[in-house]
Parts: sequence; C-alpha cells; structure tokens
Amino acid sequence: MKNDFPYISLKNVDKADLTKIENYLHFGGFSAIKQSLGLSADEIIDRIKKAGLRGRGGAGFPTGLKQSFTKTSCEVCLQKYVVCNADEGEPGTFKDRYIMEKNPFAIIEGMIIAAYAIGANKGYIYIRGEYEQAIRTMQAAIDDCYRYDWLGKNIAQSNFSFDIDIYIGAGSYLCGEELTLIESLEGKRGYPRIKPPFPAEKGLWQQPTLINNVETFSHIPFIINEGYEAYACIGTAESKGTKLFCVSGNLKQTGVFELPMGITLRELIYDVCGGMLEGFEFKAALLGGAAGTFVDASFLDVPLAYETLKQKGATLGSGAVMIIDQATNLKDLLINILEFFKHESCGKCVPCRIGTTLIYERCKKAQLLPDDINWLIQQTEYMSRNSLCPLGQSPILPVKSFFTYFNV
Amino acid sequence: MQNKQTEEQVLEILKQFKPEKSEILKALHALQNAHPLHYITEEAITQTARYFKLTTGQVYGVVTYYSMFSVKPRSPFIIRLCKSPVCYMKGSLNLWNYLSQKLLLNENNISSDDLFTLEPSECLGHCEQAPAMMINEQVFTNLSPKKIDQIIDDFKRKYHEK
Repeated sequence: MKNDFPYISLKNVDKADLTKIENYLHFGGFSAIKQSLGLSADEIIDRIKKAGLRGRGGAGFPTGLKQSFTKTSCEVCLQKYVVCNADEGEPGTFKDRYIMEKNPFAIIEGMIIAAYAIGANKGYIYIRGEYEQAIRTMQAAIDDCYRYDWLGKNIAQSNFSFDIDIYIGAGSYLCGEELTLIESLEGKRGYPRIKPPFPAEKGLWQQPTLINNVETFSHIPFIINEGYEAYACIGTAESKGTKLFCVSGNLKQTGVFELPMGITLRELIYDVCGGMLEGFEFKAALLGGAAGTFVDASFLDVPLAYETLKQKGATLGSGAVMIIDQATNLKDLLINILEFFKHESCGKCVPCRIGTTLIYERCKKAQLLPDDINWLIQQTEYMSRNSLCPLGQSPILPVKSFFTYFNV
Repeated sequence: MQNKQTEEQVLEILKQFKPEKSEILKALHALQNAHPLHYITEEAITQTARYFKLTTGQVYGVVTYYSMFSVKPRSPFIIRLCKSPVCYMKGSLNLWNYLSQKLLLNENNISSDDLFTLEPSECLGHCEQAPAMMINEQVFTNLSPKKIDQIIDDFKRKYHEK
C-alpha cells in the first residue's frame, strides 16, 4: 500500500480542530481563494480539468467539464447557482457527514472558487435533515466566514461577491439525485425532472446550476494550492486523487479513511482496518451502497477505482464499503435493500413504483428458483430502461451482481 | 404541558422565514419541532400555504412527501431506529422488537406512556458504529438492549424532572 500521499479532504484534521476558523487560517486556509481571484475563470477550470477530478457523489463525472458547461451554457442569464449536495442518503455512506463535521471551511472554500469560476453569486448547501451535528457545524462555519469577509460582498477586497445558505432536507433518499434535489430546493415534493436539460443549463429556478458533492468541493482548494500535477499523480489512470472510503461491518476498525484511488479491498480490510473481528470471516462486500454492487472474494485484489471496478461490472459509487461476514444471511440482506428501494421510490415513474414492490415481494419467496432469478433480473433491467432517475435505474446493480456471485 | 399550537404561535414561527419557496422545508421543520407532539397540524399547513402564497394542497403534498414530517400527532420524543443494511446486519431488527416490547407501543407506534414514537429510518449515516438510532436531534450508536434501557430511562427521568 502506498503511504506517501497527501490528505486532501481531511487535510490537517488530525492536527487541530478545523471547525474553528482561526485554526483553518493558521494552516493556510483560504489561500486558494486569494490565488483563484488572481486567475481567470478559464484558468481555474482548466486546472480542475487537468487535475482529473471526478465527482465524488457516485457518478464520477469530470468536475472541470461540469464547471465549463455551467459557465458557458447561458451567457445572458442573470443568475447562476452553486449547490453543494450534502444529502448523503446512500446506505453505508457517511463520508460527507465526516467532512462537514471535521473540515467545514474546505467545503466552503471549494464552493467559493467554483462559484468564481462559473460566475455564480449564490450558493446553497443542501444537508439532509438527520445530520443535526453537521448542520450546526456548517452553519457556524458560514457565520464565521461572513464575520471574516470570506463570504458576502467583495470577498478578499475583490469585485467578487458570493452568499451561501443552508437548506435542510427532510428524509428523502431521492433528493440526493441532483435534479430532484433542485426540485426540493424550490420547496416542492422531491420528484425527479426529465433530463435533459441538465442542471448546467436549467437547474435551480431554471438557471444554470453547478451541483457537486461535498467531497468534490473539498478537493478544489488542494488543486489550486498544490497544483494539478500534485493532484493528478495520486490515484490510478482514470481515477485521480484520494477518496474517502466508508468502511463498515465486523472489522477491527471501521470508519472513514482517506486513501489514494486504486487501493485494493484486501489492503483496506487487512492493512487499514486491521482485519476482521475475532470469529468473523470475509464473505462478501457491498460496494457503493444500496445502489451498488455485491462482490465476492475474487475482488479482494481489484483496485478500487472507477475504471477498474467498471471493467468487472462493479461500481465504486459513493465510496461505501460494507463488509459482509459469514454470519450474515445474504438473501435477507438483499431483501433489506429491495425493501429500501420500495420505500424510497417516489411513484412518479410506473416501472419503478410497481417494479420495486414486485421484486421485493418475489425475492421474499422461501426458495428462489432459476426462473425467479431470471425474472428478477429481467424486471430490474426493464426498470432501469424506463425510469427517469437513478432510483429506478439502480436495483439492477445489487440484484444482478448478487446472483452473479452468490447462490441462494 | 399544552399539546397544542395556537394560530399566533404558528405565525410567530413562520415570520422567522422569508416568504420564499426555498424556505418552506425549514419553516416546516421549525413548526414540527415547536409542536409538543412533533407533528404538523392541518391549521399550520393552511397558515403555511397562506404565508408562502401556495395552495393548501401544495403544502400538504410537500409535508406528506418527506418522511421526517408527520401529519399525525406523535409524542415529545421521536425515536428513529436505523434499519439500513449495516445496522440490519448488526441486529437492528432485534432492537426494534426489544423497543416495541419495552415501550408497549400502540397501533400508531406510540408508547403506552405517550412519551415515545418509534419509527424505522433509512440509513442515518453512522454505519461505522452500527446499530444506530436518533431520539429527536440526538444520535446514539453501538446500541444494545442494555444501552437502550439506559437511554430511555434517561429521557423519561429528564422529562419528568421538567
């Protein structure tokens, strides 16, 4: 395992309490803003592109590309928005909570730079309602930024002004999807919109909107400060930088770990987490959350990165790594996940509304025959083709991977 | 304790928010948290609609969409027990049954002493210390029946001291 990598999202969080603005400033906080304000928007976006930063929410879309789309999509629009997606609802994922609670100013700094690059003056941080502690920490950090003139009018004596508001979700997994989140931000029920238009063209209040995950924003100050070369040399060919892995299960150590992209499952379990707890054996892992894929022991040496997992039909997703041991009934776990989709389906698209219930019911059968399994895969394929948003498109991931690697 | 919210109280809360649509969820949270029984009343929905210049139906639609909101009376304490995959693997189902018996829940999942409402929750994001639950805004992790006994007793004691 490579030990010589810099921390990015969690930079210095072990050295001081970075929720205090004095400490953040002491470690050179906000220097990336000062530098950015001396650059042109295109120069910033170019650096993000060259760094190879990809969206950390799960889809892995190139961040620089998203920024340039949002910047250029509408020259006459009066208002553009930057939205930070902190509606972390993917089961098994808790990294965004961790960054918000430990390093809130890095997120804000990343948002300010992104806003300057695309020409936005208003930002929102959409935090799920269950994250009380994170909401308090972020609100305090925003208040501090206003006090120290890092938010508001004429940031760092420049012509650039930017405001951030916190928006609090109310318990909807679906609102983690970007266009649904925007609907929710507009004070409506969280129903997905039809894509295109994408948020870069018509997002919040039909204006160009840049929407990124918490972890993505927290990487921007590093790229500006240390240069894109320093960033791009971490990770694998197509997945640059570090990633926060959320490890859970019956392991000696669990939690959020920042590691270079491309670390293997074996290194993660045995080197980073110290192995399984006494009496437990590794049986499977669920990567990327409920909308993720089951993998078996044959994946222990596959690098955890977007392209390497994709090649093998698996997904990195949000960085959730749920380790499943021999004591867990795998089929019960699959039923648990299908119940989750059934509960969270909003009902807008019929294939998803009915499909999530049908697959859940069928999976509960005492014994699944080959016909049942084929039917389950067919149904999830149909749902994935005919649903608007990732919720209906996702059950195929756990279902198909489950039956590929495990017998029930 | 009075288990009602007056029209004046609702208006007082609504006035803390700008009458912009992106403030609705915040306002609804505030209304629900201020109600002793942690729910949003029909009257509050009507007033919210008027305040934000929406129809009652639109606001009702929003309230009923989000699982953290309730249009039914609940209780001073809402227990959200996580049942998502990691907590499930670590025995959250047993804890659900344990809590149900301990609290003697009625058909609306409200305890016999009317203090607690038990609700299942999707992932609370504390998987590294599963199983987890929330009581109102507080999070409790690494749960066991013994730990739950302590937590519930604490809440009861503090409530009765007030």
